[in-house]
Amino acid sequence: MLKRLAKCVREYKIYVILTLIFIVGEAVIETLIPFVTANLINDIKAGAEMSEILKTGGLLTVMAILSLCCGGIAGFTCAKASSGFSKNLRKDLFAKIQTYSFQNIDKFSSSSLVTRLTTDVSNVQMSFMMIIRTAIRSPLMLIFSVIMAFNMGGMLAMAFVVVIPVLAFGLIMIGRKAMPAFRAVFKKYDRLNESIEENVRAMRVVKGFSREEYEKEKFGASAENIRGDFTRAERIVALNTPLMQLCMYVNMVFILFMGSKLAITTAEIDVGHISAMLNYGMAILMALMMLSMIYVMITMSTESAKRIMAVLDEEPSMVSPANAVTEVKDGSIDFEGVSFKYSQKAQKFALADIDLHIKSGMTVGIIGGTGSSKSSLVQLIPRLYDVTEGAVKVGGVDVRKYDIDVLRDAVAMVLQKNLLFSGTIRENLQWGKADATDEEIREACKLAQADDFVMSFPDGYDTKIEQGGTNVSGGQKQRLCIARALLKKPKILILDDSTSAVDTKTDALIRAGFKSYIPETTKIIIAQRISSVEDADLILVMDNGRITEMGKHDELLRTSEIYREVFEQQTNGGDGNEAAE
Amino acid sequence: MKQQNNAKAMPQGKPMEHPAGRPKVKAGVLKRLLGMLVKFYPVLVPMTVVCILFTAIASAIPAVFLQKVTELIETWQEIAVTQQLSAADAWKQASAEILPQIIFLAAMYALSLVTITLDTQLTAYITQGFLCKMRRTMFERMQNLPIKYFDTHKHGDIMSYYTNDIDTLRQLVAQSIPTMLRSSIIVLSVLFIMFYYSIWLTLLLFVGVLFMMLVTKKIGGGSAKYFLRLQKSVARIEGFVQEMMNGQKVVKVFCHEDECIEDFDEINEALFEESYRANANANMLGPILMNIGNVMYVIVAMVGGLILVTGAPNFSISGLPFGVDIIVPFLSMTKQFTGNINQVSQQINSIVMGMAGAERIFELMDQVPEVDDGYVTLVNAKIAPDGTVTETVERTGQWAWKHPHSADGSVTYTPLCGDVRMVEVDFAYEEGKNVLHDVTLYAEPGQKVAFVGATGAGKTTITNLINRFYDIADGKVRYDGININKIKKSDLRRSLGIVLQETNLFTGTVMDNIRYGKLDATDEECIRAAKLAGADDFITRLPGGYETELTNNGANLSQGQRQLIAIARAAVADPPVMILDEATSSIDTRTEAIVQKGMDALMKGRTVFVIAHRLSTVRNSDVIMVLDHGRIIERGDHQHLIDQKGQYYQLYTGAFELE
Repeated sequence: MLKRLAKCVREYKIYVILTLIFIVGEAVIETLIPFVTANLINDIKAGAEMSEILKTGGLLTVMAILSLCCGGIAGFTCAKASSGFSKNLRKDLFAKIQTYSFQNIDKFSSSSLVTRLTTDVSNVQMSFMMIIRTAIRSPLMLIFSVIMAFNMGGMLAMAFVVVIPVLAFGLIMIGRKAMPAFRAVFKKYDRLNESIEENVRAMRVVKGFSREEYEKEKFGASAENIRGDFTRAERIVALNTPLMQLCMYVNMVFILFMGSKLAITTAEIDVGHISAMLNYGMAILMALMMLSMIYVMITMSTESAKRIMAVLDEEPSMVSPANAVTEVKDGSIDFEGVSFKYSQKAQKFALADIDLHIKSGMTVGIIGGTGSSKSSLVQLIPRLYDVTEGAVKVGGVDVRKYDIDVLRDAVAMVLQKNLLFSGTIRENLQWGKADATDEEIREACKLAQADDFVMSFPDGYDTKIEQGGTNVSGGQKQRLCIARALLKKPKILILDDSTSAVDTKTDALIRAGFKSYIPETTKIIIAQRISSVEDADLILVMDNGRITEMGKHDELLRTSEIYREVFEQQTNGGDGNEAAE
Repeated sequence: MKQQNNAKAMPQGKPMEHPAGRPKVKAGVLKRLLGMLVKFYPVLVPMTVVCILFTAIASAIPAVFLQKVTELIETWQEIAVTQQLSAADAWKQASAEILPQIIFLAAMYALSLVTITLDTQLTAYITQGFLCKMRRTMFERMQNLPIKYFDTHKHGDIMSYYTNDIDTLRQLVAQSIPTMLRSSIIVLSVLFIMFYYSIWLTLLLFVGVLFMMLVTKKIGGGSAKYFLRLQKSVARIEGFVQEMMNGQKVVKVFCHEDECIEDFDEINEALFEESYRANANANMLGPILMNIGNVMYVIVAMVGGLILVTGAPNFSISGLPFGVDIIVPFLSMTKQFTGNINQVSQQINSIVMGMAGAERIFELMDQVPEVDDGYVTLVNAKIAPDGTVTETVERTGQWAWKHPHSADGSVTYTPLCGDVRMVEVDFAYEEGKNVLHDVTLYAEPGQKVAFVGATGAGKTTITNLINRFYDIADGKVRYDGININKIKKSDLRRSLGIVLQETNLFTGTVMDNIRYGKLDATDEECIRAAKLAGADDFITRLPGGYETELTNNGANLSQGQRQLIAIARAAVADPPVMILDEATSSIDTRTEAIVQKGMDALMKGRTVFVIAHRLSTVRNSDVIMVLDHGRIIERGDHQHLIDQKGQYYQLYTGAFELE
């Protein structure tokens, strides 16, 4: 997994290498400084020449400046490397998601993808930064310091032999205990935040039922619960500091004691050495502390890394074939023995035994209750999903043989859950055709009966659409979505319940326009309203994943019970206008 | 750590506009935060402070012992040479003086180990306790806010109080504040000791510290500024990604992937710029300060050496002569001193971010809560055949309004019937933009009143006024003859059942969700309500029946099924008045026909306000009000309105678009 993630460094590799080089430089200099300082102190003590002192002092200053430069540059390159790494990671993630098929998309909820692209990437970035800054530096500091300490202090360094393993063991134990505790807490914490979000969203229900006090109690209980767990986990980690201090203190007392003994009894050790040893002791302990921090960081971000990898590893379930057909001949559609289910594991087929032949230029209506798989049927035409059995042909060629972009450009589909994006109306319409002229745009809008209301806005086609398209009404949104699809000049146009919020008169005008202006285009219209489909060349009645009846309006009134039932309910029941969005 | 499951959640754009230059930390915010901390833990917080104080002093003190030990070593080395003592003898005599020092130091350390353990454990405890209390306070305040607040704030923004802002507080309380405290005490005590030994060297150090502070201000301030900007960039990319992920299928249908990637790259690049600037500043500050510290170390050593060589007189509080025994501890103090200043400077980012977070949290806490000064309450009652009402404690199934009159101290009881009247009501969400004009309507107990009209005509607004989600600007609203402003809000709402188009279910079982309408309802009551709503059929077919766990707003159910549960939830409350705002919009016509019977049963004997796009739903209402731009333009029953051949007729025949 690390290897795969590391690949995202790419052009920032040079910064990683520079960081490592400068950090090694910094570490080397930093360990040398106490050594030289010890000499300086001993020089001073020995009453050395002023020039000697100045020389050593000058050397030290140069070393500090060098270390400053190394550290500063490393800090800069490290920031560049880690930010670049996360940029590439986000880029790869986003690009990967763009290759997803509908089936892949269904697997991840959109909110989880957002979290992966933001929070998870920042977690990994933080770890990455920690790793390149300290993963090399700390062991280096550790090793250098130990070597220097043995070199200088001899016996005194024995203190480290005892203290390092104790500290290392202690830190690992604390980490081991704390990690599962934290992981459990974070999960609970996520759930707590989800429940807050649920409450915020359902505020009208809460207030409507006067459940404020009940919600407070409920929240209070889970907040206290988390507090308990969180405190426990934090308190384990909080043991790090006393442990570290204990080791440091033991170290200091030992060095002071042994140091003074050796200083007085032998000539090997001097006051300067003692001071340097104390410094090395600090450096060693700090390095260990950093290592334990890295350990914690890495473990914590492993979850994030896993979630990111899940997105990167997901195989797009649909790719254009080699030697793909790059032209769609006409708008004829054939379903040959098609069965379909959404996933391999699903027990129930969403569609079963569909045989259907639609000639180019026909208008086909589809009627059926919720869950009758109307949408599933039409989604197979632009190959949003692949059939499980049988074949779907467009223009006489199996859809799986086409280049996907070519196929989808020829088959325009207005989805049931249609969306406009933030931007102007013009920008939104240009999704259909990037270089569409004003005339083309207006023409499409006129056909979709959208031109009038767009022109009534003060800014006309430059009116800004807000995120989610909240500033146009449902019916207006639907008409704009139809216009957007028309701009593609498709051979097949599919409207999946796309005029539900449009009034019947306008609906009829749109259909009339289709008939006279785009007669060659095959039109498939899914609707709840019988009036939307009654003049179609062919009407399919669907129930439970099957086409139960097909024919013209008059025929179906006679032959199909469901059709007649719906028709009667809508005419007698007065459901002439079902504008539910 | 943060999950956003709300499709509508917006980017967490934070109102953290800072003019160019260094972000300011507001003193008031810090003061208030600390005040709350002390208020929550009046004993533990001072205790922790004392512990930190002691630990800090304990870590400054060793310098004194180091000086003494060094001095002793120096002295005994000399004595050993001059008196020509053997090594063993020298040590024997020296240790008599050195050992007590070291033992005393060890004792000091032992004590400080105790305080440090206490201090870190307490900090962990207090931090989590504080966060928990903050969360609860926020949540409780939030529950008391009027609906208007939720209508005018993005959910994503509200959520970020609980996620981002609380996280910054955690950093602040757990790390920044203790570190600042500890480090400043260490710096102060070290400073004192330094003055004790040598004023010259201390003054020298001062110059260096001044320089370090300058660097911190420059780089650290820059880093904080970029971090605040970085947060904005993150919010921007979050917003973009959210929109694209929601519209991913549209992107696919239009083969618009490449364009999306282009747009994303642009935003991503901007984020990268902010990210590396912020981090570069933060990363560079550490090594730079550390090495300035190193340089100072060298300078102190050199000047010290110089003084020693030239034999310049020492100038200090202690009056000790200058010697190596002063330079050595002084050097280690220099290291400690600069090290702690470095520590403080490392906290700048989290302090600036923590303060911004605290400021926002206080903003939420300071929102004006919904006022409820109603004094008419809903009580259980017994109604005698002659119509006299007496208040009872037990549940009788009958309710009455208890109306105390302040004038003469008497109390009157009015039986709860569900008679709602609005007279000449005007209302505006925003000052000057009236959305309701002169609305008058009477709903007698048991009547079904329907509202029809385009989006924005004011249908939902009327219901918002009945349950007092909003208060009227002008006119009268009477409930059973009582001015609704006099009725306690919670009691008023208890008497109203409400089912909304946007169904919100809670995490829990189906049974829990139905019981939400009446917390003490038995399972039988819940099941009866579900049957009434026509929901029992599909619920029993769910894998776990009534015990099926719902998560994520009932994501495993269809929209229509969710609406049925919401209807059952309202039914179990058994209120005399019900508001159905597009309650059946997602149930397809065939299913609706099936549940229609249940709906009719549900509405029977209640005053019902219905809002529906689908005219078949409202056709059998007693009164239908056609609303247009906040005015009632037509009213009457179905037949009457059809005969009138006005707006309703046109809607009914499909000549008009309802939006």
